[in-house]
Amino acid sequence: MLNRRDFLKSAAVAAAGTGALPGFIGHAMATTTKARHHVVIVGGGYGGATAAKYLRMWGNGAVDVTLIERNTTFVSCPISNLVIGGVKRIEDITISYDNLKSKWGVKLITDEATAIDVDKKTVTTAKHGTIAWDRLVLSPGIDLLPGRIGGLEGKEDRIPHAWKAGPQTVLLRKQLEAMPDGGVFAMHIPRAPYRCPPGPYERACLVANYLREAKPKSKVLVLDANGEIQSKKALFTQAFERYGALLEYVPNSALQSVDADTLTAELEFDSIKADVLNVIPPMRAGNIAATTGLPLINDAWVDVDWLTLEAKGMPGVHVLGDALFPAPAMPKSGHMANQHAKVAAAAILNLFEGLPPNPTPVVMNTCYSFVDARNVIHVASVHQFDSAKKQPMPVAGAGGVSAMANDLEGKAALAWARNIWADMLA
Amino acid sequence: MKLNIAIAAFGIAGLVGAAHAQDPNLARNLAATCANCHGTNGKSLGGMESLAGEPKEKLLQKLADYRSGDKPATIMHQIVVGYTDEQLDLITTWFAAQK
Ligand SMILES: Cc1cc2nc3c(=O)[nH]c(=O)nc-3n(C[C@H](O)[C@H](O)[C@H](O)COP(=O)(O)OP(=O)(O)OC[C@H]3O[C@@H](n4cnc5c(N)ncnc54)[C@H](O)[C@@H]3O)c2cc1C
Ligand code: HEC
Repeated sequence: MLNRRDFLKSAAVAAAGTGALPGFIGHAMATTTKARHHVVIVGGGYGGATAAKYLRMWGNGAVDVTLIERNTTFVSCPISNLVIGGVKRIEDITISYDNLKSKWGVKLITDEATAIDVDKKTVTTAKHGTIAWDRLVLSPGIDLLPGRIGGLEGKEDRIPHAWKAGPQTVLLRKQLEAMPDGGVFAMHIPRAPYRCPPGPYERACLVANYLREAKPKSKVLVLDANGEIQSKKALFTQAFERYGALLEYVPNSALQSVDADTLTAELEFDSIKADVLNVIPPMRAGNIAATTGLPLINDAWVDVDWLTLEAKGMPGVHVLGDALFPAPAMPKSGHMANQHAKVAAAAILNLFEGLPPNPTPVVMNTCYSFVDARNVIHVASVHQFDSAKKQPMPVAGAGGVSAMANDLEGKAALAWARNIWADMLA
Repeated sequence: MKLNIAIAAFGIAGLVGAAHAQDPNLARNLAATCANCHGTNGKSLGGMESLAGEPKEKLLQKLADYRSGDKPATIMHQIVVGYTDEQLDLITTWFAAQK
């Protein structure tokens, strides 16, 4: 880990190295003479895209917003398990950034952010030089750590994770389609905390749902590094039971190594040969947040001030979504990243006007999970800011889970997706 | 996610009673927590009810019915009890004022 001073030094070198590029963007000079404020957002996912839209909408266009995103289109992780299960297509979860540009006036830069300099207030990009900000928002999601599992590094084309939606999602679907009837689909779940607590169990159900219809002699093997199902345990246990011998759940199954040639997964006491191997590796905050000198907890997640979502001790640098160290009972979800973004957008606009941030922010979460093509279960929670604890706390008695899997919530889950996608991108 | 009862074992009143000045955009910010399902500014694209422009009394009555269990729900009965009456008042006033 770089300490802060080392980081500043290396960031300064990086900035000096790129300052002469023709693509250099003039905000550094402009902001001193112009009264307009400029927010740069890194990452156009659930947190970053929501922040971009809400800063423009709530700021009535008075604040300039630049969004740096490496991908040309948004591809949603929520609903991506339905693509893997053959219920939806990748086009159904792919959305353009055009409305953020044309309707909301967000400046979109398709590029990789490579470094930040907190003192100079700049972000360095791979192809667009160095960009100055008055406030920086980082919502980079997670980066995976395949190096922590022997033999996995560099093998994601053979052993997909599909834990970032896009080509990986399509690849895993293709592998399932090519798998012979009677084959073994083995998946590995890393130790918590990881992105989307119910996501792996939803995936297991949807793969089993596909195989039951298309290749009923096959088997789904769920190797969980955790000691038990991490979310909606009773409801997922029921769902698993309904797949009978087709689906086997094995807790305490931390993966030691893989052999990409033979698709063998080595556990502590067991060795499993798969036909399709889906390993979700350990993960931490996206690199632009995890390796640039921000304050980390467990060397993985960014420690934030909950009234503004600023990294602790780094005023002006806001961190949203999966990258941050969550408050009690707060999951790493797209729904929650969207809610973080609204708290941060409101705080940033207040701070630009010389007002304190809202002292009583509220966030809430819902994660819908499909247990087959039609039936869904939810988990929900509401989190109110606790001024003594200085963080949001789940409200006792509020939230909870579905009584049972049901198709009404199957419709609600798809409506949720439509509305949250519009809430961030339309 | 497990909702840890030990962690969550305190009432909601103690949380929001803090003697801070109210944010000028508190109602807008609270209403935005509903937008993930009911649409930006309460304008749904379908599949969930729009809340924008609905009379305040009607919205409050529905929320009260979710709270009491009079109106069957898949999820609203669990969400509504996470907010104080004062917050729901602000939220419904704000939605009612949206066109
Ligand atoms: C299979 C699966 C199912 C899920 N289902 C649900 C669900 O049903 N409901 C739910 O609420 N959540 C769900 N989630 C979780 C949800 O996807 C994440 O919690 C959410 O995406 C987090 O938002 P974020 O903004 O932190 O990160 P992301 O949405 O991942 O956005 C990060 C963005 O930043 C970009 N980026 C990162 N670094 C850089 C850089 N240096 N330069 C430029 N761009 C960069 C990335 O390309 C990406 O677009 C699911 C996740 C998975 C994997
Ligand atoms: C996770 C999605 C979700 C969120 C978030 C959500 N709702 Fe709902 N809402 C629903 C669903 C689904 C229904 C239908 C009843 C049910 O099944 O619970 C509903 C119904 C309602 C209704 C009745 C609509 C009608 O005309 O019948 C009102 C009013 C309402 N919600 C208000 C709110 C408010 C206020 C908030 C924010 C505090 C909110 N909702 C947040 C999903 C949501």
